[in-house]
Amino acid sequence: MAQKLVVIGAGMASGRMLEHLFEEAPGAYDVTLFNAEPRGNYNRIMLSPVLSGEKTYEEIVTHDAAWYDANHVTCRFGERVTGIDRAAKVVLGENGPVSYDKLVIATGSNPFIIPLPGHQLSGVVAYRDLEDTNAMIAAANAGGRAVVIGGGLLGLEAAAGLQMRGMDVTVVHIMGHLMERQLDPSAGYLLQKALEARGIKVMCKADSQEILGEDGRVKALLLKDGTELPCDILVMAVGIRPNTLLGKEAGLATGRGIHVDDAMVTSDADILSLGECVEHNGQIFGLVAPLYDQAKIAAKTLIGEAAIYVPREVSTKLKVTGCDLFSAGDFAEAEGREDIVFRDPGRGVYKRLVLEGDKLVGAVIYGDTTDGNWFFGLIKDGTDISEMRDTLIFGPNFQGGASSDPLAAVAALPPEAEICGCNGVCKGQIVAAIQAGATTLDAVKAETKASASCGTCANLVEQVMALTLGDVFERPTVQPMCKCTDHSHEDVRLLIKSKELKSMPAVMQELGWKTPDGCHSCRPALNYYLLADWPLEYKDDRQARFVNERNHANIQKDGTYSVVPRIWGGVTTAAELRAIADAADKYDVPMLKFTGGQRIDLLGVKKEDLPAMWADLNDAGLVSGHAYTKGLRTVKTCVGTEFCRFGTQDSTGLGIRLEKHLWGSWTPHKLKLAVTGCPRNCAEATCKDIGIVCVDSGYQIHVGGAAGMEVKETQLLTTVATEDEVMEIVSAFTQLYRENARYLHRIYKWLDKVGLEWTREQVVDDLENRRALAERFEISQSVYRTDPWAEHAKPSERAKWGPIADLTIAEAAE
Amino acid sequence: MSWIDIGALDDIPSQGARVVKTAQGCVAVFRTVDDQVFALDDRCPHKGGPLSEGIVHGHSVTCPLHNWVFDMSSGEAQGADDGMVRTYPAKIEGGRVLLDAAKLTAPRAA
Ligand SMILES: Cc1cc2nc3c(=O)[nH]c(=O)nc-3n(C[C@H](O)[C@H](O)[C@H](O)COP(=O)(O)OP(=O)(O)OC[C@H]3O[C@@H](n4cnc5c(N)ncnc54)[C@H](O)[C@@H]3O)c2cc1C
Ligand code: HEM
Ligand code: SF4
Ligand code: SF4
Ligand code: FES
Repeated sequence: MAQKLVVIGAGMASGRMLEHLFEEAPGAYDVTLFNAEPRGNYNRIMLSPVLSGEKTYEEIVTHDAAWYDANHVTCRFGERVTGIDRAAKVVLGENGPVSYDKLVIATGSNPFIIPLPGHQLSGVVAYRDLEDTNAMIAAANAGGRAVVIGGGLLGLEAAAGLQMRGMDVTVVHIMGHLMERQLDPSAGYLLQKALEARGIKVMCKADSQEILGEDGRVKALLLKDGTELPCDILVMAVGIRPNTLLGKEAGLATGRGIHVDDAMVTSDADILSLGECVEHNGQIFGLVAPLYDQAKIAAKTLIGEAAIYVPREVSTKLKVTGCDLFSAGDFAEAEGREDIVFRDPGRGVYKRLVLEGDKLVGAVIYGDTTDGNWFFGLIKDGTDISEMRDTLIFGPNFQGGASSDPLAAVAALPPEAEICGCNGVCKGQIVAAIQAGATTLDAVKAETKASASCGTCANLVEQVMALTLGDVFERPTVQPMCKCTDHSHEDVRLLIKSKELKSMPAVMQELGWKTPDGCHSCRPALNYYLLADWPLEYKDDRQARFVNERNHANIQKDGTYSVVPRIWGGVTTAAELRAIADAADKYDVPMLKFTGGQRIDLLGVKKEDLPAMWADLNDAGLVSGHAYTKGLRTVKTCVGTEFCRFGTQDSTGLGIRLEKHLWGSWTPHKLKLAVTGCPRNCAEATCKDIGIVCVDSGYQIHVGGAAGMEVKETQLLTTVATEDEVMEIVSAFTQLYRENARYLHRIYKWLDKVGLEWTREQVVDDLENRRALAERFEISQSVYRTDPWAEHAKPSERAKWGPIADLTIAEAAE
Repeated sequence: MSWIDIGALDDIPSQGARVVKTAQGCVAVFRTVDDQVFALDDRCPHKGGPLSEGIVHGHSVTCPLHNWVFDMSSGEAQGADDGMVRTYPAKIEGGRVLLDAAKLTAPRAA
């Protein structure tokens, strides 16, 4: 007589298991199939094409009434199982009990709902079943705006579907890039670009705070930074949790999922489990490929054949038409790996292979996934790839030939892209001039004025010439930024602007970086270029900063730090001095020293004490002196007309005014100023990056001094009559330096390249340009004129400055 | 091996590091851009620089004091520089970072 089999959950895993069972042992079991959803098995992963309108529900049904009939399955669809009585071997359905000889739990998983205020409002949906899909379709038919929380596979498929149905969609993702579990930042960048190109807005590093509603319906999503995103529907796709409830209540061994052994049997020998609800050797599942393997094993176990489930590598594809990505293998939890990276900026292709010894263990591909399955095969089979290591990344059909092309980025520029910023010359004009016979740089310069002013773009112009003229043009070699790229600093700066590259992955992809995430030499430079060019869009990347700028203090040779509060213009008060003295006492500061910049250095502070010390100093009104930055350091002053008998102007007042205006700004290298009250020059203004010398008739503005390994005297830029003019010209000059110079060039070095005369044209003679530069400086300062100490001294931030764990305590206890 | 949980992966910034104090000195635990973790002595063999404060790129870290570059999986200095930092087994499990306690507490050669 046939045994009784009860299956809880008619999902993708159990459907496949029943197919195997009926094929191999027809009639062995009388099957009762419960499903909470009011329908039988369908292909859940194809809900996305249903949502987007590319398929109908009928087309994705995998088992219809005729099939259940033919296999004598008693279907109890739309009926939830509420409990299992293991002693009596009975399953309790909402409409009555059923007894079993063998039981299979295949309850899948539940979508995780972040318990934000407002999450029960109507119009807030998850993305798991046909009901969710239909709710989204209904919302889309009504039109309007959608917000999707979660930039993973499901969230993006939901976003693409809603967008294809005509909604205005914004994806809110908490991590730094999309699909971070499958993709690295470079591939995530390309994906974001493709989604944005089809009209989907993407916000990364965006943290949700509250769902706002009106009359019980969702109205908007409020982010922690205060942004409000109005929406008519809100989809939450932030992850899944194995649905273990029945198993747990029945007393089966469960961890994150229901524990199963290699035969898919739970801690009760008569109960099997498979699918997303299980945990096997510590692993849980979220894709169908491993579930299909489990289905095979579970069927064998049910008919009494020995079988062993072996988890296999999984690969991921995104089912969004036009977004071609592939990710396979395991990127985490192992040491000793090596990367091979290939980028083709022109075609928007990114490939990264991860090797461990002589084996391929992971692959991330965006843009051209034709070789994806070949790589996946190498990963699954553990093929020894040492023979083909050098050409592996080009795929199975590699015919030999060039690898990355250093001219690709310039080749990919459209004709209207600006090459020469000074004279507004675009690529098309240069190509036209070359085609009309200008075959030397000088000829192109004469013809178009490109690179005729500051000269920074000369190398880019030469690249355009090489592309247009081919091999006949011999391009002088340039010094690349570092080993990660063939581009020079100047090219990178210009391309960041002309291609509107606004993130680190964008730069690395579009300019063909040869490493996954750069190195200690290019990352700080790129971080500076990006924040200088896109102050409002780009967020400073602390991890791309040298230790002093990351920790807002100078590291000393013994690993302690020095703290230098800002003393505006060198003028302090008794109260400030007392606060500094108190801090020195409280934190056992071994040395207090006057710096050469008219302020006080507290040396030898421990890293974990920094935030508390800053908070104390903040309380007395003291802020960071930025003694550690490539940015504004000090404005040294003398006492001027206030006290000195020779003083011609209020040099102290002007110095304080300048410092309050410029502080917090980032510059290519450090920026030191001084204002001295008469040409006796007590404040040593003529060896500063920018020095103001007060005279009877007004103010001389000097630039390009330095007193380091090289000592440079300043050159006179201009003389003006009023303080206001000083302020505007210094702003404009600083901004020109910020926008134009290469990272780690002091002003004098930059002037050696572009010439004092050119800067004078820009900020003295051309009034309109001066004003525009000063305005851009002010826009940037609207973001950066803040005290970094205050931010890091917040109680919520302090723990990050100490050790993550202290094992000395545990060890001592043993 | 006896694994010891030292904290959540999310407590370590991507392309950054945190420090674990042990009786024998500090161990730097790094998190790379592809979310792997590496544990090394927090002392550069050159002049003792704190490696945890270096810039992390690929699977390498650059010492903040004089720019020696170390491969974090082997602990070996790259390029022209010659030196070795001790490494410790580290892994991620369920979002937590685990170090091998046996190796951590074993006395080290100075
Ligand atoms: C929109 C979407 C797109 C996806 N795309 C992909 C993809 O491209 N590739 C991929 O590999 N994977 C994809 N997945 C994941 C894949 O669908 C799942 O891995 C798979 O469906 C899990 O199968 P399962 O049988 O474990 O669970 P499910 O298919 O979820 O089935 C479980 C069933 O059990 C029922 N149930 C739960 N509790 C009870 C109870 N107490 N009583 C009765 N019945 C109950 C549920 O109603 C459900 O029907 C996608 C998922 C979604 C939602
Ligand atoms: C790579 C080269 C340099 C290094 C490593 C260096 C290092 C330092 C250090 C460690 C301090 C102490 C700041 C503190 O303790 O917080 C300091 C401050 C100072 N340095 Fe240098 N320095 C360099 C180049 C220069 C140059 C070229 C000059 C002169 C133009 C200079 C002038 C000063 C002055 C005036 C101060 C005091 C600054 C203040 O009050 O903020 N330094 N420098
Ligand atoms: S620079 Fe001139 S005004 Fe200033 S203190 Fe010296 S002498 Fe006086
Ligand atoms: S002069 Fe040399 S030794 Fe003195 S603080 Fe500057 S870098 Fe250090
Ligand atoms: S101490 Fe590390 S490089 Fe000098």
